[in-house]
Amino acid sequence: MNSKTLPPLKLSGLEPLVVTPESNFINIGERTNMTGSKKFLRLIKEDKYEEALEVALDQVQGGAQIIDVNMDEGMIDGKEAMIRFLNLIASEPDIARVPIMVDSSKWEIIEAGLKCIQGKGVVNSISLKDGEELFIERAKIVKRLGAAVIVMAFDEVGQADNYERRIEICKRSYDILVEKANFPPQDIIFDPNIFPVGTGMEEHRNNALDFFNATEWIRKNLPGASVSGGVSNVSFSFRGNNAVREAMHSAFLYHAIQKGMNMGIVNPALLGVYDDIDKELLEKVEDVLLNRRNDATERLLDFAENFTGKKKEKLVDLSWREQTVQKRLSHALVKGITEFIEEDTEECRQKYKRPIEVIEGPLMDGMNVVGDLFGSGKMFLPQVVKSARVMKKAVAYLLPYIEADKQEDDKPNGKIVMATVKGDVHDIGKNIVGVVLGCNNYEVIDLGVMVPAEKIIQTAIEVNADAIGLSGLITPSLDEMVTVAKEMERADISIPLLIGGATTSRVHTAVKIEQFYTKNQTVHILDASRSVTAVESLLGNKRDIFVSNIKEEYKKLRDHHEKNNARKSYISLKEARQNKFPIEWKQSDIKVPNQLGVYSFQDYDINEILEYTDWTPFFQTWELAGKFPAILEDEIVGEAATKLFVDAKNMLKKIVNEKWLQAKGVYGLFPANSINDDDIEIYTDESRKKVLYTQRSLRSQLKKSKKAHNIALADFIAPKDTGIKDYIGGFAVTAGIGIEKHVQRFKDDHDDYNAILLQALADRLAESFAELLHARVRKEFWGYSPEENLDNEALIREKYKGIRPAPGYPACPDHTEKPGLFRILNATEHTSLKLTEHMAMYPTAAVAGWYFGHPEAKYFGVGKITKEQVESIAARKGKSTEEMEKWLGSNLSY
Amino acid sequence: MKKDIREIVKERTLILDGAMGTMIQRYDLEEADFRKGWFEDHVKLLKGNNDLLSLTRPEIIKEIHASYFEAGADICETNTFSGTTVAQADYDLEKAVYDINYQSAKIAKEVADEFTAKDPNKPRYVAGAIGPTNRTCSISPDVNDPAFRAISFDELVEAYSLQVKALIEGGVDILLVETIFDTLNAKAALYAIDLVQEEMNTELPIMISGTITDASGRTLTGQTTEAFLISISHLPVFSVGLNCALGAKELRQYLKIMDEKAPFYVSAHPNAGLPNEFGEYDETPEIMGAQIKTFLEEKLVNIIGGCCGTTPEHIKVIADLVKKYEVRKIKAE
Repeated sequence: MNSKTLPPLKLSGLEPLVVTPESNFINIGERTNMTGSKKFLRLIKEDKYEEALEVALDQVQGGAQIIDVNMDEGMIDGKEAMIRFLNLIASEPDIARVPIMVDSSKWEIIEAGLKCIQGKGVVNSISLKDGEELFIERAKIVKRLGAAVIVMAFDEVGQADNYERRIEICKRSYDILVEKANFPPQDIIFDPNIFPVGTGMEEHRNNALDFFNATEWIRKNLPGASVSGGVSNVSFSFRGNNAVREAMHSAFLYHAIQKGMNMGIVNPALLGVYDDIDKELLEKVEDVLLNRRNDATERLLDFAENFTGKKKEKLVDLSWREQTVQKRLSHALVKGITEFIEEDTEECRQKYKRPIEVIEGPLMDGMNVVGDLFGSGKMFLPQVVKSARVMKKAVAYLLPYIEADKQEDDKPNGKIVMATVKGDVHDIGKNIVGVVLGCNNYEVIDLGVMVPAEKIIQTAIEVNADAIGLSGLITPSLDEMVTVAKEMERADISIPLLIGGATTSRVHTAVKIEQFYTKNQTVHILDASRSVTAVESLLGNKRDIFVSNIKEEYKKLRDHHEKNNARKSYISLKEARQNKFPIEWKQSDIKVPNQLGVYSFQDYDINEILEYTDWTPFFQTWELAGKFPAILEDEIVGEAATKLFVDAKNMLKKIVNEKWLQAKGVYGLFPANSINDDDIEIYTDESRKKVLYTQRSLRSQLKKSKKAHNIALADFIAPKDTGIKDYIGGFAVTAGIGIEKHVQRFKDDHDDYNAILLQALADRLAESFAELLHARVRKEFWGYSPEENLDNEALIREKYKGIRPAPGYPACPDHTEKPGLFRILNATEHTSLKLTEHMAMYPTAAVAGWYFGHPEAKYFGVGKITKEQVESIAARKGKSTEEMEKWLGSNLSY
Repeated sequence: MKKDIREIVKERTLILDGAMGTMIQRYDLEEADFRKGWFEDHVKLLKGNNDLLSLTRPEIIKEIHASYFEAGADICETNTFSGTTVAQADYDLEKAVYDINYQSAKIAKEVADEFTAKDPNKPRYVAGAIGPTNRTCSISPDVNDPAFRAISFDELVEAYSLQVKALIEGGVDILLVETIFDTLNAKAALYAIDLVQEEMNTELPIMISGTITDASGRTLTGQTTEAFLISISHLPVFSVGLNCALGAKELRQYLKIMDEKAPFYVSAHPNAGLPNEFGEYDETPEIMGAQIKTFLEEKLVNIIGGCCGTTPEHIKVIADLVKKYEVRKIKAE
């Protein structure tokens, strides 16, 4: 049996916890353990269960993904306490959402505990200590009660204290569990004993190393099994020196996780960041952990004596702390400093009559300064989003007080319901607009992504919204926005409709949306910085002028569009085909790929991907205009860009070191020929007998000047009747695997800045990965440019031979080519990328497209096409004309 | 010997029957009907305790099973939704529990066998219906004492064991734990089934069906669909699915989660829509059928039937519909 064929370890509280090979280290909370926490012990002994529950809640909110509950205390009835505490947890959804680890040295307590939890928890623990028979019996009960189990490396002889004993006991336990107790291997979690190092005793010198090696052995040889442990044990002999202990825990985890330890009990208060550990200290700690020198312990002890955690001194100017509290709040908001915000907010709260006045007064004043600076171009989006983070934290702090003080007329400027429309998953832009509006005291109800029209409208009615904002990035979303507009008309609601997102435009809004919603005004919002003025105008007293201006502007756009359309002339599909891109086909121009077939990369090195990054679009996401790297020196936006870039670099470091994101990719190279001018037949193999997929390409139909051609992608592949053997490639890459939980973590912390930053970086990584893979295809896998030696700048300027057009973009605007591409690459299986019903890729940090290798292949735009071609492509694809019209909405000339 | 349902399910989508209660209502029964021949002198009123009709008016229950088989159902559920000592305690009829389950299974099997004999190519099966009881193991009924429980896991295991044993002895082909609003209750039922099957040396397929109570997408005790699924996956389950509380339209999104994540066959028996202002389920067979059609188009389910408000007319529409669609295959590992 291979661990790849086993399902992952799945646990549940009210919500699922699925531990996949891609999961980060699972942190088990240990403060609800009477044997480990003095505070918890005291609370239970004094019968203060309410407070004990708060301990549990704190842990979950602090990031524990499982909580360990242990009631082993001689002075109380442990079974009764376990039942009572678990029953209480069941009535607290904020705690009960995570799985429970029922921990006891007494079997009857474990069994009683399991009978109180509806989710799938974990038993801590069983072992061979009391013999095989009891071990099997207990395993069967655990399985029957629906839990996973921690197995201690302990047998009839005693606890495993070296490498050999660890693997011997774990192997024996595993075999008994799987073969005799019929226990699912993925539900087994080994605890191979973490023992102290640096004790001065010879036999303890290999303790950590043995654990690492045993962990590696278990993960390699016992398929499905996880490895866990209590980390703080390792530094037991350094009690009293927290700087050393922190370093030791971090270094221990760093090595253990690399070997496959995937969960454990770690006290977050005693954990440093591996990269931040003083280099000298780290070296000495690792000498001990890895048993690298005979005198390692002595050296660490010597060093530790003088090392009290000499924190790197940061030169932080704190003079602003001497100003009045109002000025301090304003300073914190403008500079985006969260460090003192709670104490300053509290100080302010005591000064004002009502807590709401703190928001209306000093906080809004500060945000107004931010708004002014932003409006006048002295502050930039990344900084504004950071300010918003400070604001959110202050508001979150005040909220309980405000609730307690609730009076009737506390009203925000307005309520805006925002959503990324059905079928689309892109939300960076929407999140930014949400933050900017939120900063300006609008209540934003964010419905998230893929939101159907009914839900948007229903919510707007329920909350009595003042406006609806729609966002989308892919072209089918344009059509969905029209649907929402029509539905709003039907639902007879009258509030402004705001349209935003990368593919939207003033023209589209004017020509395609506005007319369908007559009850109120539809407005296109170009970027986040315009959202506030637009909303203010729409909801304020200057509304009439604003609306009549918009109406007039949109009418002009429509007229212009119509005239333009009339002026442009299109030629028939037949004529266009006659004017195709002329290539004189020679077999010698075509390189046979070095390897045909489909190949995938499961966890591509992000450091390598980074070398291919084009940073300019990253700054565009943040509405900072300019080319990289010149933008960093730019007179106006340079400072903001530099700060943003530093934050990005820091986050990238974490993305890499802490494995936040996983990059997966797939490419395929196939024999291919074009047929009937516009279609490309892709064959299963070189015999060219069996067609794997037929790609239908669209041809430009705009009447061209003399020398220009009406191109379709099929022009770049040799026609079948030439007898020339040609090839095509396809690819799909993503760098967004694993992103959701980190984005959520930031959002939960009111930190939109980092949430958006992470999404923007993942997008960039996906693009870079596509660039990298294309380069390798050209140089190695297809190999038609083995000598190519281009620097990043030249790559950005597309100096290479061949192209990689993506469905949904100008050269092949037809999104419905994606399922075929995905199918021949088996892309979902290889990369975990999924297509939504509207053909958006999820995770969004993804690129997919075709490879064309002919030296004359070039990028172009299909532009508008006539009904004749829509009917033709619909017939060729076996779809209805109406359906293709829907998909090609923005390419229709009629 | 008829073919094992574990084989048939690979070939076609199976039809479960519709509501029992809705059909019983059509007979306008009186107190006397619930007592006839069995509980003539019982002190408590028994009208509404539908499970008793398997004993007192078995011909009615058989007629209802027959009407569902006639409509095209492959599986009928025994009339034992409240057949536990826990639920019958309200009527002081704990002692009748064995008979309720044994007789309900027996008469359902008789009807199923008749239909199988008529058309051996379409074998009919009996699923022993195991309801949630009227107590919850995860929620306190006392707001002032959230640690209190009106029933314990062990008490539930005992009650379920008795029911399961009687159902198996009565001849059911399948055990169906349904309308699960508290996963801990269901875990007790599964625990009991596992014990009893081990003891009786049987391996009847187990169907599990949870209930998502409202648009929050969670069970009454707060679990998400996926968390529910994980919590009941420890036994070799035949199928997992959802029933009651919602109509087909509202159920679809949660079934999709089951379809994607469950390493089992998937079942659904939705209500005939949501209750109207009179508390009646009034979705017509055609409307419900149109919704079920999307389940089939998307290949979300292997076993499909009806819960509250559904009738043989509904089941007929569904049974006719499934013939046109390919069978769903299990996606998850």
